[in-house]
Amino acid sequence: MIQNRKKAPGIVDAVDMKLQLKPYEHFTLDNQVPVYTVDAGSQEVLMLEWVFYAGNWYEKKNIVAATTNFLLKNGTSQKNAFSINEHFEFYGAYLNRSCYNETATVTLHCLSKHLPELLPVVAELITESIFPEEELAIYKQNQKQRLQVNLKKCDFVASRLIDEYLYGLHHPYGKYTSTLEYDQLEKVELVHYFEQFYVHGRCMVFAAGKLPGDIALQLNNAFGHLPLNAAALPVIDYPQQPAGTKKYRITNDAAGVQGAIRIARPFPNRHHPDFQRVAVLNNIFGGFFGSRLMSNIREDKGYTYGIHSYLQNHIHNTAWMISTEAGRDVCEATITEVYKEMEVLRTEPVEEEELDLVRNYMIGSLLGDLDGPFQIIARWKNYILNGLTEDYFYNSIQTIRTLSAEELLALAEKYLQPEDFYELVVV
Amino acid sequence: MIQYNRFVLDNGLRVLVHEDPSTPMAVVNIMYDVGARDENPAQTGFAHLFEHLMFGGSIHIPDYDEPLQRAGGENNAYTTNDLTNYYCQLPAENIETAFWLESDRMLSLAFSEKSLSVQKKVVCEEFKEHYINKPYGDVWHKMRELAYTRHPYRWMTIGKELSHVENAHIDDVKHFFFKHYRPVNAILVVAGNVKTEPIRQLAEKWFGDIPMGEKYRRSLPQEPEQTQARTLDVEADVPLDAFVKTWHMDARLDKGYYEADLLTEILGGGGSSRMFQSLVKEKQLFSNLDCYHFGSVDKGLVAVEGKLVKGISIDTAEKAVEEEIEKIQASVVSDTELQKVKNKTESVIAFEDMGIMSRANSLAMYELLGDAQLMNTELERYHRVSAADLLQTAKRIFRKENSNTLRYHSRQS
Repeated sequence: MIQNRKKAPGIVDAVDMKLQLKPYEHFTLDNQVPVYTVDAGSQEVLMLEWVFYAGNWYEKKNIVAATTNFLLKNGTSQKNAFSINEHFEFYGAYLNRSCYNETATVTLHCLSKHLPELLPVVAELITESIFPEEELAIYKQNQKQRLQVNLKKCDFVASRLIDEYLYGLHHPYGKYTSTLEYDQLEKVELVHYFEQFYVHGRCMVFAAGKLPGDIALQLNNAFGHLPLNAAALPVIDYPQQPAGTKKYRITNDAAGVQGAIRIARPFPNRHHPDFQRVAVLNNIFGGFFGSRLMSNIREDKGYTYGIHSYLQNHIHNTAWMISTEAGRDVCEATITEVYKEMEVLRTEPVEEEELDLVRNYMIGSLLGDLDGPFQIIARWKNYILNGLTEDYFYNSIQTIRTLSAEELLALAEKYLQPEDFYELVVV
Repeated sequence: MIQYNRFVLDNGLRVLVHEDPSTPMAVVNIMYDVGARDENPAQTGFAHLFEHLMFGGSIHIPDYDEPLQRAGGENNAYTTNDLTNYYCQLPAENIETAFWLESDRMLSLAFSEKSLSVQKKVVCEEFKEHYINKPYGDVWHKMRELAYTRHPYRWMTIGKELSHVENAHIDDVKHFFFKHYRPVNAILVVAGNVKTEPIRQLAEKWFGDIPMGEKYRRSLPQEPEQTQARTLDVEADVPLDAFVKTWHMDARLDKGYYEADLLTEILGGGGSSRMFQSLVKEKQLFSNLDCYHFGSVDKGLVAVEGKLVKGISIDTAEKAVEEEIEKIQASVVSDTELQKVKNKTESVIAFEDMGIMSRANSLAMYELLGDAQLMNTELERYHRVSAADLLQTAKRIFRKENSNTLRYHSRQS
């Protein structure tokens, strides 16, 4: 058979495909801790996540929140760090913790059959952690060393600085760590933070995977009696204090062969009517491999291994960011091209062919993102933490399907003005 | 248990189909039996550069990405020292688009000069980003050259030096393509919401008429058994001293591979591992420490790697690592330790098998090793390992004369 290889096979437009966000199940424990579950998957595995409002938003002193979160695994009144690790690792389970801006989490991945052995120990960690001096000392020493190495990297330095310019050093989104602050950390601060934001904190639980039939009972037995979700969270408002100067050139390593480029502007959060619309514009601009920035700056000019633009994932105010590492001698040329692409988006309507492609790509990619229980619960978690409902999901699909070239032009005119952007190169 | 159907086209292309009706998506994964180990020592980094060129247009289709994105698909690729893998995921209804694209670039690339010149630059930036402009970025360049004297694992996938990538010529590209990118050297795995019969027809339709090519017979220079310990001292502009030590281990399908895998878990896998507990927590010699291996198809390396706590001498750190190594060579691991690492392995395999992308990749990998069915017997092979096996393998691998030590000194200290 002779194929006509020049002709593409017919496709079903992804925009016409039916997308559904599998709903979560919901129940509350005796102490009113809400639990959201997605029961699906073929392997006998599950993921459980405890989300506490214990991020750096609530700390009075820098790195207290992150350190408290990190050291949850390093000693309770009954077990030392080694025994805790050994317990989870013996059952082939992974217990991770992460500290974000508003929230801090404890995440368990395990085979479903081992859950009964693991839940009581998670409960122990969030009620009986003692933050031993010795563990804190090791943590400080190792974190300071890690920081020292990271400060040699232009991308690390650039990411810290651009956030500082956007939000100010006193804002949770803009602050960063220093050796001095590690030295000044004290055990008693961690103990207090733990008491207020974990033991008596506000918590919600997300579960996904092949869940045991008695998951509600298991969770209630282990967590339902804890003194959670009783006290009110402090309400703290941080003013955003953006820098006065917009353009920065910094030499971090005189011998560096690349520069880290960050170009960013403040942007409202997901509740703003333009957010989902700009998400489409962002895709065209620098949001995927076929984007304008990637096609021009990587695929045509070869200035970089990769260039991306994205809306930062923040609950309060956020930012629109362009990020790349480029050859030292082509950094300025790269920046020029970024502004050129902004100009094109402001002045020339996106052709229907390109817009179709982006619509299909975004919907197809959404379809792929919803494949599997962990992905589905992650989306739900994001919506719940941002105060959004499933309407947001269906609205965003509608936006992808219908946003017009004229609307994109207007959005570019509104948001892609070079003078609104901070611009930074760290070599 | 991962189910699949397997057939071979007349031109030698092996096709595996894994049906999973629970997803709306399909994955098309093509693995080519060529990696950095197959490169000419004077033209290293070529297999990886070539991977970039596979996106620079094929004989009938000017752009690979665009039609795929239009069909709602996403794709990527990676190159290792052993193999090159291309994969895309798209809504199952549009799977023929992936067949069209993948078969055309297997038939022939466009061999565009422009694509070559741009991708040489892109790869050079990738090289700089990961290996030059990063503290400790050259550690594995140096360690590979120390540990291997003959085998092409001597160089990294990215290449030995920038000039090898910069000097690539379009004739080299053509030669490489027609030598390695033929159906007889490739494996196609299709997974997701698909049925075997229609996939067989699509495979025949799009790949059936591609000339078979010549089977690539790999005859790589083998690494002679190491008979003397090697040490290299390096000084660099980094904030902290680092220490890396490696030992030669068995090839991917040997029994000893599974034993070495479990040994690295016992020594360095997680917060309850021996080296982490002793060297990071108790003695506080290292600020971080890892023990792992490369999962190489040919004989690979077991590695211990860490950065030293400021003020600790490399001699002290090295001696402490050796003590742990002597311990695991002197007496059997406890039942609890053995059970722990086997449980971890069971869990890792279960999590890996969650997504169709990862299942497709594993099937291709095991087929490349000789038999896709290995994917389903892997756990059993781990379960069969005894404490006595581990002791024997530890004694054999961790011999001093089988070791390579890189002492990476901070110029500032």
